[in-house]
Amino acid sequence: MGALEDFAVEVGRDDPVAVRGGATQWDVGGPVHPDVRIVAAPAGVVDHRPEEMLVRVRAGTTMAELAGVLDRAGQMVPLDPADPERATVGGILSVGRAGLRRLRHGPVRDHVLEIRYVSAGGELVKAGAPVVKNVSGFDLVRLLVGSLGTLGLLGEVVLRTYPRPRAGRWLTGPAPALPGQPLLGLYRPSAVLWDGGRLWVLLEGHPSDVDAQAHHLGPAWAETDGPPAVPVGGRLSMAPGRVATWARDHPAGSFLAELGVGVVHLSGPAAASAASEPAVAELNRRVKDRFDPTGRLNPGRMAA
Amino acid sequence: MTLVSELVAALDEERVRSGGLERALYNRDASIMEGRAGVVCFPLTTPEVQAVVKVAAAHGRAVVPRGAGTGLAGGAVPVGAEGHEPVVVVTTRMNRVLEVDAHNAVAWVQPGVLNLDLSRHVAPLGLHFAPDPSSQQACSIGGNVANNSGGPHCLAYGVTTAHVLAMDVVLADGVLVRLGGLEPEGLGYDLRGAFVGSEGTMGVAVAVAVRLTPLPPALRTLLIGFPTVEAAAETVTAVIGAGIIPAAMEMMDARITKAVEEYVHAGFPADAAAVLLIEVDGLEDGVAAAAAEVIELAQARGATSVRMAADAAERDLLWKGRKSAFGAVARIAPDYYLHDTVVPRTRLAEILARVYELADANGVAVMNVFHAGDGNLHPLFLFDRRRPGELDRVKAAGDQLIRVCIEAGGVLSGEHGIGLEKRDYMPLLFSPADLLAQDSLRDAFDPSRLFNPDKVIPSGSRCGDLQSVPPGVWI
Ligand SMILES: Cc1cc2nc3c(=O)[nH]c(=O)nc-3n(C[C@H](O)[C@H](O)[C@H](O)COP(=O)(O)OP(=O)(O)OC[C@H]3O[C@@H](n4cnc5c(N)ncnc54)[C@H](O)[C@@H]3O)c2cc1C
Repeated sequence: MGALEDFAVEVGRDDPVAVRGGATQWDVGGPVHPDVRIVAAPAGVVDHRPEEMLVRVRAGTTMAELAGVLDRAGQMVPLDPADPERATVGGILSVGRAGLRRLRHGPVRDHVLEIRYVSAGGELVKAGAPVVKNVSGFDLVRLLVGSLGTLGLLGEVVLRTYPRPRAGRWLTGPAPALPGQPLLGLYRPSAVLWDGGRLWVLLEGHPSDVDAQAHHLGPAWAETDGPPAVPVGGRLSMAPGRVATWARDHPAGSFLAELGVGVVHLSGPAAASAASEPAVAELNRRVKDRFDPTGRLNPGRMAA
Repeated sequence: MTLVSELVAALDEERVRSGGLERALYNRDASIMEGRAGVVCFPLTTPEVQAVVKVAAAHGRAVVPRGAGTGLAGGAVPVGAEGHEPVVVVTTRMNRVLEVDAHNAVAWVQPGVLNLDLSRHVAPLGLHFAPDPSSQQACSIGGNVANNSGGPHCLAYGVTTAHVLAMDVVLADGVLVRLGGLEPEGLGYDLRGAFVGSEGTMGVAVAVAVRLTPLPPALRTLLIGFPTVEAAAETVTAVIGAGIIPAAMEMMDARITKAVEEYVHAGFPADAAAVLLIEVDGLEDGVAAAAAEVIELAQARGATSVRMAADAAERDLLWKGRKSAFGAVARIAPDYYLHDTVVPRTRLAEILARVYELADANGVAVMNVFHAGDGNLHPLFLFDRRRPGELDRVKAAGDQLIRVCIEAGGVLSGEHGIGLEKRDYMPLLFSPADLLAQDSLRDAFDPSRLFNPDKVIPSGSRCGDLQSVPPGVWI
């Protein structure tokens, strides 16, 4: 039997189970019930096809291992977890939070082509396919990304890969107020971060284009090694257009905002977010009920 | 009250059509399938859509959402037994751009806004809506969302789902919900993502928030001729293999190139066995380097001609050639059947050879014009439906095409969707458990199966019965 079939047997069909990857985002979605059985997804890069720009990888593989394989062919997957040595592909997809380059490279959900998961009934189910364009049937792949393992336990996935940018430069400059043009007049920057006092920008692409864009920023800007330390107290998500208003009540240095994206990292804890509208909550409940009628997958976690 | 009088009370007389001739206009989409519309409604507002849905549900009638009717998989074809024909909800009059936020590059639009109209509307702001189906002059944003449509420039920019942030949807009980949102990490499941590509089976989208993309500061448009189809296909593979993702990489074979040239006189090379239309975009230096590398890769594979558009007018002309392909075919053949499958893009040369073979074996003329960069084939089979047997041969060729692509590790559809056309082929790609999971999603949205019944997922009994279509549908 293959690793996936073994995983399905391990998950079984009866008792409550939770799946653990590197436990780097274990608290997202609330605590799982303490006495559930813990399982782990299989690991390993199954097949990297650089010329198709995709990779088949088991969900338990760490990001560092995957990145190492892709790197040898000059490729990457821009998932960018904070702790790549521990974070697993399955965990990153289940939580669905992108890293700092989302502005240019897009959300986690855009990089996933196929997911093979174990259903609540213990069956292996396939969603999507290993091709870059596909509208054959309903889009379960998007549904599963960010579902916190409450609809199915991810076993193996196919991701898009991308050529590594030829050049990348971080620059930083002063910005007491939010710039009127959030993206500073740059063409598709990879990241624009703001802490209420300074800005950090990541430019990626052809070396001389990167240099020209850096020049465009002006003399007040300086080269820097990378982004500032990202505050880990809390995380907010807001429409990018709301960041300016929100920041009025928050002192510089107490946060780091991803401009153009709307993710804000806080040094202190984040206030609980408002509940979904009742009609949306009802839809979420119905989805959960169809996929996991007995509530055995990651009980306690709430994606809804 | 009768169904029609209740609908008239909810809308008005002019926007509820129940006469035979008027309904007949809505029996079809752009595919060759035909159903029967019960009553056709043209709401203007969200409350009107809610009212229509409630009235239809109360009368036990299905609801078929419909945009511009350019779908090619029968998605908007109304299916229902005699006396129970669906209510068709046409969104073409809900065609306003509601709000544009240029700073944050988002717009809220009504579903009936046409794809190209949206891009034209925001062009003065330096923005555009990146998905650009070849039908973009005619198709609606609501249809794009429902089919998760693609287009030439989706190679680099991604298909519709990557460009839709949120939508307001009327569900089967008439309730309005907002799926997704402008915030990047919403609560709950990605219901937005689940709805995109749902082909009208989960609700009616009544407003859509789209992400707008900056117009590129630099671009190069190349038209490259090749002595063989294989050389063109190998160039596609080589470009991707070299780590270049062009904005678009389209292929046209000699037959379609000739038809296009006679139609639009764009100066496409008449002697080439295949041409590639390749566009690279971004910032100037990267674009110049990528264009030079593409030309080199093409010449190393025997390219016989390379033409680079000198200005916007020439670029428009080259794209006009590509986008007029279907119009050009319509001039030379009474009917055509446009297919849509995807294969791994490293296997294009081999699969194209099979496509010509199977067309020949069935005695069917085929032309190829397609999104080569992502392996998305669009063989066009020509026929004349008045000649007995021709359509059957086209269908046989289509059936073989689908099987060849699935065997090669491909899929049933890259952008047109499953609809009725490929519903009964779904078991070729998915196991019963896979299909059940997809059906569960639909069931969560629409437990009463009010919307667009009989589409996308084969019903259990029909699984083994390929090629069947529901009663009341004519092909
Ligand atoms: C010549 C030609 C070229 C084409 N080229 C391309 C191409 O390059 N790429 C591509 O992807 N497609 C292409 N298409 C197919 C078609 O244009 C697209 O699928 C398009 O998105 C359909 O939009 P529409 O408004 O015509 O939808 P319709 O055909 O009216 O409907 C399509 C589906 O969407 C559903 N629907 C429509 N509006 C709504 C709504 N508001 N809410 C919920 N469901 C809704 C319908 O029920 C149906 O299932 C082409 C078609 C033609 C005829």
